[in-house]
Amino acid sequence: MTTHRGSAPVNPRNDSRGSAPVNPGNSTTELGLPTRRGTEGVPTLGDGSTQTKKDFTSDQEVRWCPGCGDYAVLAAVQGFLPDLGLRRENIVFVSGIGCSSRFPYYLDTYGMHSIHGRAPAIATGLATSREDLSVWVVTGDGDALSIGGNHLIHAMRRNVNLTILLFNNKIYGLTKGQYSPTSDVGAVTKSTPSGSVDHPFNPVSLALGSEATFVARTMDSDRAHLTEVLRAAAAHRGTSLVEIYQNCPIFNDGAFQLLKDRDEATGRVAHLRAHEPVRIGAEGSPEAKVVVRDPEGRLQVVPEQAVPQGHTVVVHDPADPDPTSAFGLSRLDDPSMQTVPMGIFRQVERPTYDDGVREQVQQATAGTTRDTASLDALLHGRDTWTVDGTRPGQVEQLLEGETTEGPTPAAGEALVEEGEEVYEDEGTP
Amino acid sequence: MIRFAGDSGDGMQLTGDRFTSDTAALGNDLSTLPNFPAEIRAPQGTLPGVSSFQVHFADHDIATPGDAPDVLVAMNPAALKANLPDLPRGATVIVNSDEFTRRNLAKVGYAANPLEDDSLADAGYHVHALPLTSMTVEALAAFDGLTRKEKERAKNMLALGLLSWLYSRDTASTEAFLRAKFAQAPEILEANLTALRTGHAYGETTEDFAVRYQVAPAPMTPGTYRTITGNQALALGLVASAYRTGLPLVLGSYPITPASDVLHQLSTLKAHGVTTLQAEDEIAAIGMALGASFGGALGVTTTSGPGLALKSETIGLAVATELPLLVIDIQRGGPSTGLPTKTEQADLLQALHGRNGESPVAVVAAQSPTDCFDAALEAVRIATTYRTPVILLSDGYLGNGSEPWQIPAAAQLPDLTVRHTTEPNATDERGEPVFHPYLRDEQTLARPWAVPGTPGLEHRIGGIEKADITGNISYDPANHDRMVRLRQAKIGAIADSIPPLEVDDPSGEARVLVLGWGSTYGPIGAATRLVRATGAKVARAHLRHLNPFPADLGDVLRRYDRVVVPEMNLGQLALLLRGTYLVDVRSHTQVRGLPFTAGELAQVVHENLMEVQSQEVTV
Repeated sequence: MTTHRGSAPVNPRNDSRGSAPVNPGNSTTELGLPTRRGTEGVPTLGDGSTQTKKDFTSDQEVRWCPGCGDYAVLAAVQGFLPDLGLRRENIVFVSGIGCSSRFPYYLDTYGMHSIHGRAPAIATGLATSREDLSVWVVTGDGDALSIGGNHLIHAMRRNVNLTILLFNNKIYGLTKGQYSPTSDVGAVTKSTPSGSVDHPFNPVSLALGSEATFVARTMDSDRAHLTEVLRAAAAHRGTSLVEIYQNCPIFNDGAFQLLKDRDEATGRVAHLRAHEPVRIGAEGSPEAKVVVRDPEGRLQVVPEQAVPQGHTVVVHDPADPDPTSAFGLSRLDDPSMQTVPMGIFRQVERPTYDDGVREQVQQATAGTTRDTASLDALLHGRDTWTVDGTRPGQVEQLLEGETTEGPTPAAGEALVEEGEEVYEDEGTP
Repeated sequence: MIRFAGDSGDGMQLTGDRFTSDTAALGNDLSTLPNFPAEIRAPQGTLPGVSSFQVHFADHDIATPGDAPDVLVAMNPAALKANLPDLPRGATVIVNSDEFTRRNLAKVGYAANPLEDDSLADAGYHVHALPLTSMTVEALAAFDGLTRKEKERAKNMLALGLLSWLYSRDTASTEAFLRAKFAQAPEILEANLTALRTGHAYGETTEDFAVRYQVAPAPMTPGTYRTITGNQALALGLVASAYRTGLPLVLGSYPITPASDVLHQLSTLKAHGVTTLQAEDEIAAIGMALGASFGGALGVTTTSGPGLALKSETIGLAVATELPLLVIDIQRGGPSTGLPTKTEQADLLQALHGRNGESPVAVVAAQSPTDCFDAALEAVRIATTYRTPVILLSDGYLGNGSEPWQIPAAAQLPDLTVRHTTEPNATDERGEPVFHPYLRDEQTLARPWAVPGTPGLEHRIGGIEKADITGNISYDPANHDRMVRLRQAKIGAIADSIPPLEVDDPSGEARVLVLGWGSTYGPIGAATRLVRATGAKVARAHLRHLNPFPADLGDVLRRYDRVVVPEMNLGQLALLLRGTYLVDVRSHTQVRGLPFTAGELAQVVHENLMEVQSQEVTV
């Protein structure tokens, strides 16, 4: 009833790009929705005015544990938000539950500290109904990947215009130290005294599998890299998922020490830079390694000086529409942290859900006014009759033909459909 | 009263729906009860697959779809067997004899063909066994482009044509409906029209029917009318609310029976500025609605009982953040999956109390299909005025049932204009203007609704306890105690805006009051009429507001010697009334997935009247 079976494309501006795909079930329709870019639609500061870190700092005392990686991320965000040039009142941070989810209280923007796991859903409603907002989600490995896993994958699938900061410390901190969905197998925690038998998620692989259009990984302690990645994420239209390795000094201290120790990191971090080979270590150094594709198509890490025959060095292209390379890179990472790619895995353009939803409403309302007359027309629908009570105490029913206005298609286009066979199409949920 | 019954693929809902439209156009008052299986297409010819549609029409005001049908149209043995228990002696039965094959009879456990023995006649029924399928196929013999199966599918139109003749209904509006529906398929259109006319003509020419009925128009208030289901009225009420508040309507919803129709309806109304979001689950659906509310829209989510359970935590967040939010529960039989396509009103306590902590929300209920429109406006008024989630309770009977609706004039609808807060509401110690998100309106106790994008009013809200006035995080014991009481007091303050309870007590001398809420309105009204027709005195009242109750409810209850509360649950309102007012109300309950019958309730009222009288004698 609501699909456009056999009807013309809904968008008059659409210059039919071939026929709709064959679908044995419901028909599909060419949406012809426009592509918007970056933060288009969000008001910017007027000429000459600027904002500083102080403008973005609220009067609330920050209450994370001493040494928590969250401090560094907060400082980086407060530091670079002014550079976006967006009006402060048009920025909203939505969080779930967990240590990182206290984040919104410390920023002097609009914010909602919501409930466990639901921030992406709430942010979806907000971002979809308000094109003029830059909406951010702050979440953690437990919040986003465990209790809120469903909302996270669907936000990324839909490509809602959100920037999601996923703080991954591989532990539940606020509830005092239980293993999380990113904890390693064997992790000894409060709730797994004999070691966890639970296989962890790789958040980057999950995001790529959910067809996220922007996926990156960075580190709390690397201010420059963190800022660079966040800046790119903020400028991306669609869902940006940024995994931030973050140290919990109380319950999982040193989880990322191998990547923080300069000497260790050099031999482990694979830097993802657009149009450059994926390299571990300094180019030209004897220890340098590169990621290569073997003849079977699998990715391997080999010394740069000794790339085997038939293997090709992988040159990173985050804009590659084919996600297989990005996914392959995400799988190089394992709990041993032998090779850990850092940077932007994927950054592609795809129409966003919120733009599409708004466009459909805008197309439908174009050239119409919402006034008493249009509401009256809606309430009347297509099938009315009139009871005439000219004689007091006696109500006269005029005869059929005089009384039934009958279907008036002109008024009926967007009106409520009559019952049809709806009841029999109903099913259990 | 007519009941159409057949296999769930026989098109009985459509047939009933069209008969309803023709009946409404003729000026009869009416009330309908669709009754269909949860399975989309249950196995053909079986009892679980029987789908029926009952329509009650008369020349007077009608309160219910009726208790027992006068005419049953049974398209197969299963439909006959499933509906016979409801048929009173003297009823007319029209059956499709083509379907009474040995195989179909065996499927439902008929050892002998009831059309061939005297069992039906002995039970006092007037039976008309007509080969509807073969009559249809024969009538459509000239349609070469249609298969036999396609021709057979038009048998519901033949039956409708026959019934239209029997009840002197014009088929013009159904013909117009078919022309619109099959505009793209001229041959199918002609086939349906032919079947419809053949049925009508058969009625005229046959001598099989001794009586033909004329039901005169019912006296109704002058005005323009349409037939509308509860879910349609609800959708229109939401859109009207958006118009009258000046807010964009944003619906977050997840498909669930029997609420999905509201999502379907609203998704067709984009031209009125409506945004519908089909979420990944019930929790996301309400999350999206709440996110939209935070952004300043009219956030709405629609669901049924199991979905309401899933939304509980987010409703709690809306209580804490004190944002307007409309949560609509089209109740169905429970617990768990329960009876998805049947009706019940057993979510009342879930609506009031189904959350952690002291988490008061306003609760309103619709009482008839057309009343769903007014209930939506009232729920929106409360949500936006008091910045609170409101749960609106409808149910499957109201949602799918239809009745004539006198269309209100848009300009006469209540003005619900909402203005978001745009200016600071306090000054700090240095005299600078500041914004306190939890500084309340003195009368309503509502907090300001300042939306993102408003410069200078940046603030953070959330589920952690808020300090009074500033809204900062607070773990202070005294503050928590104060905030819990403030949130409760705010909901309580809604009672100041509710009119006194309307009590229908014509003589003013009744000693027994029947009090109901929700969809029992129709059956209680019909029962009251039956009782009064015997000369007895009985009062009735119906609650729109379940939380808070109208301020005078306690006084009303105490005015009567006996208060009877019929509910389609195990006495949930009765529990609340007893707990709130210490009044010994009598609970009458039934949870069969169907509305009360007027006869049943009249009997209950009668028994209570007798008891009260006998007490008088013994005292």
